[in-house]
Amino acid sequence: MIDRTPKLAVRVEDLTKGFGEAPVLRDLDIRVGWGRILVIFGANGSGKTTFLKVLSTQYSPDQGKIWMAGIPRSEDPVSIRNIIGVVAHQPMLYQDMSTVENLLFFSRMYRIVDPRKRVAEVTELFGIKSLLERRVGTLSHGMQKRVAIARALLHTPPILLMDEPESGLDEESLYLVMKTLQDYVDQGRTVLMTTHNVDIGLDLASEVAVLSDGAFRYHGNREGIDTDKFRSTYLGRMEVGS
Amino acid sequence: MKTFLLCIMLIAWKDIRLEFRSREVVISSLVFAVLVMVLFNFALNVTPDTVDIFAPGVLWVSFVFAGVLAMSRSFAVEKDKGTLDALLLCPVSRDVLFLGKMLALFVFMIVVELLLLPVFAVLFDFSAFSGTLISTIVLATLGFATLGAIFSSMAVNTRSREIMLPILFFPLVAPVIIGAVERTNGVIGTDTGIVGSGRWLQLIAVFDAVFLVLCPWAFGIVMEE
Amino acid sequence: MEKINKTQLARKSAVQSRWYGNRRRTFFLVFALTLMVVDMYLIFVWAPTESVMGHVQRIFYIHVPMAWTAFLAFFLVFLASILYLPVRKAPAWTRRWRLWERNPIWDIVASSAAEIGLVFTTLVLITGPIWAKPIWGIWWTWDARLTTTLVLWLIYVAYLMLRAYSSNRSQAGVYSAVLGIIGFIDVIIVYRAVDWWETQHQRLVVSFDRFDVASDMRLVLYFSTFTFLVLFGYLMWQLISIKRLEITIRQTKDKLSMAKIRDARR
Repeated sequence: MIDRTPKLAVRVEDLTKGFGEAPVLRDLDIRVGWGRILVIFGANGSGKTTFLKVLSTQYSPDQGKIWMAGIPRSEDPVSIRNIIGVVAHQPMLYQDMSTVENLLFFSRMYRIVDPRKRVAEVTELFGIKSLLERRVGTLSHGMQKRVAIARALLHTPPILLMDEPESGLDEESLYLVMKTLQDYVDQGRTVLMTTHNVDIGLDLASEVAVLSDGAFRYHGNREGIDTDKFRSTYLGRMEVGS
Repeated sequence: MKTFLLCIMLIAWKDIRLEFRSREVVISSLVFAVLVMVLFNFALNVTPDTVDIFAPGVLWVSFVFAGVLAMSRSFAVEKDKGTLDALLLCPVSRDVLFLGKMLALFVFMIVVELLLLPVFAVLFDFSAFSGTLISTIVLATLGFATLGAIFSSMAVNTRSREIMLPILFFPLVAPVIIGAVERTNGVIGTDTGIVGSGRWLQLIAVFDAVFLVLCPWAFGIVMEE
Repeated sequence: MEKINKTQLARKSAVQSRWYGNRRRTFFLVFALTLMVVDMYLIFVWAPTESVMGHVQRIFYIHVPMAWTAFLAFFLVFLASILYLPVRKAPAWTRRWRLWERNPIWDIVASSAAEIGLVFTTLVLITGPIWAKPIWGIWWTWDARLTTTLVLWLIYVAYLMLRAYSSNRSQAGVYSAVLGIIGFIDVIIVYRAVDWWETQHQRLVVSFDRFDVASDMRLVLYFSTFTFLVLFGYLMWQLISIKRLEITIRQTKDKLSMAKIRDARR
């Protein structure tokens, strides 16, 4: 069943995913519209990364259905990969190639027309021009993260999936990323991100969700959340696996 | 179809270009293979009259050992740096990724093998170079690269990856080794000629055809498409 | 949690322990053992002594059926591996097998067949030399069948090691299913290759089963094959039920720990 008018950016029904022991994600449902930043909170081991990896087609669900921008995952994972950008913990860059070589390689894999022009655009946007000719292996973690984010945006994906994007970034990079995300979303795209940092998370969010026990225990708009109350409740319950 | 081939080439070329700079794989495989040949010489006590009996076997065992070195690196580097995930996120089907990696592996192995031939010719007084030998090398290496790529991708995700690759690879690649050695025997004229050279070629070709279809599919399963 | 009727539970486990878990299965075991006793009698007493090889030849009636069983086991691994991997559009009559998902029963069948198959293969590789040495004076001949069995043994070992060294159970199931399929197809090619190789090298002065098989011998061979197949069937039944129990135990443990966490939070 293909949803022809993608009213929803992300639609997940009854998602179950496990690795042989108890399932990590269990009967998980969620719907996210366009132009939203959904920030997902959850304890270590709650399944945030697994959830993002299922959405990004890196994992296939044991049970359940997923539609990304109306595209059903079971039928066309390749097209889904076209419309998502992923920023993970690791930069996922070829350490022995230069920044520009990495960006060009991925541009071509994403079949971008005129890759050089596009690469120039993103390097301008993220202020990484000075890093272009340098081997990625020589860059600091924060710099690599910046390049990784630039790489994720090469094909201007309508949906962005980010796993703890703020980790390892300095003030300047963080500001840049937050501003980019805001602009991105203002153009109607959607961002899903996980984070441990309550402040940054609530700052960016337009929607908040909490992952616990393999499913979303809470999902609501940012407006309805009292920062202090959220922080104390969330942190108060922080134990592994809760 | 065009993007299919293009992306395969992109991936293969990326690997080749990286190798060009560091030359790690080719050099270490080459050195290892030469060491194996030298060891065989001592172990088998090769004399001028027995050299023709041993030569083909030594050649192919050296090729295989050198190949395993290349194979294990193929996916290990991708996994360790996280770039395997980056590739899995590209909008291409898993077969494309597999064929790209396999192609690069194939090229590395062929380069090592071609560089080894003169060394082998000198150490084992081997002078029978012919089209048959080249075609055997190409087809057999294709089989090695195919199975090597899929097992490397599996081994890299398990514990104890260094031992899993040989354990998976060696038993399954037996028909190719048999065919290759027998054909090489045919080239230097030590075979009995009962089973014609064509049969052995058939064996390797069928092997390649079957696994060139099976392994890309298997890769999709292994990488959870 | 459902209420547990302790008396019922006690009664059930008493019955289970008397019948070793399952009455029908225990009867099947008795059947298998009876067949084995009869089979041994047939092999060592009733079967005619072969003119050339003498009494040592009797091992043929164990060696060959076990070889067939070992290969059958691998075929089972192949089938179960195929059934384990999800197919999007399965025909309606296969509904019960739940082919659209990774039905764990197929993984259990595959791993059980592999474990038992390995044992049988090992025995084939042991009985082979036992037969060969007294008659032909050499422990091993690289004849097509024995060599293929050796390669099969290696693939079985690779299969079980892959399962053991996988990072998690899900990976173990998927990876070994892939190996089961690739391995089986490979074994077929290996047999063809080794067969031609054997012809090529004509070194085979010996041949394991190219002696005159009288009709009486054939009878014993077929009976013995049947016996070993029954034994294999029993072992599969037993091993599969053990593995299913293990899964139930694990799942129950998980449920218990989840419940504990939930209670603790309250």
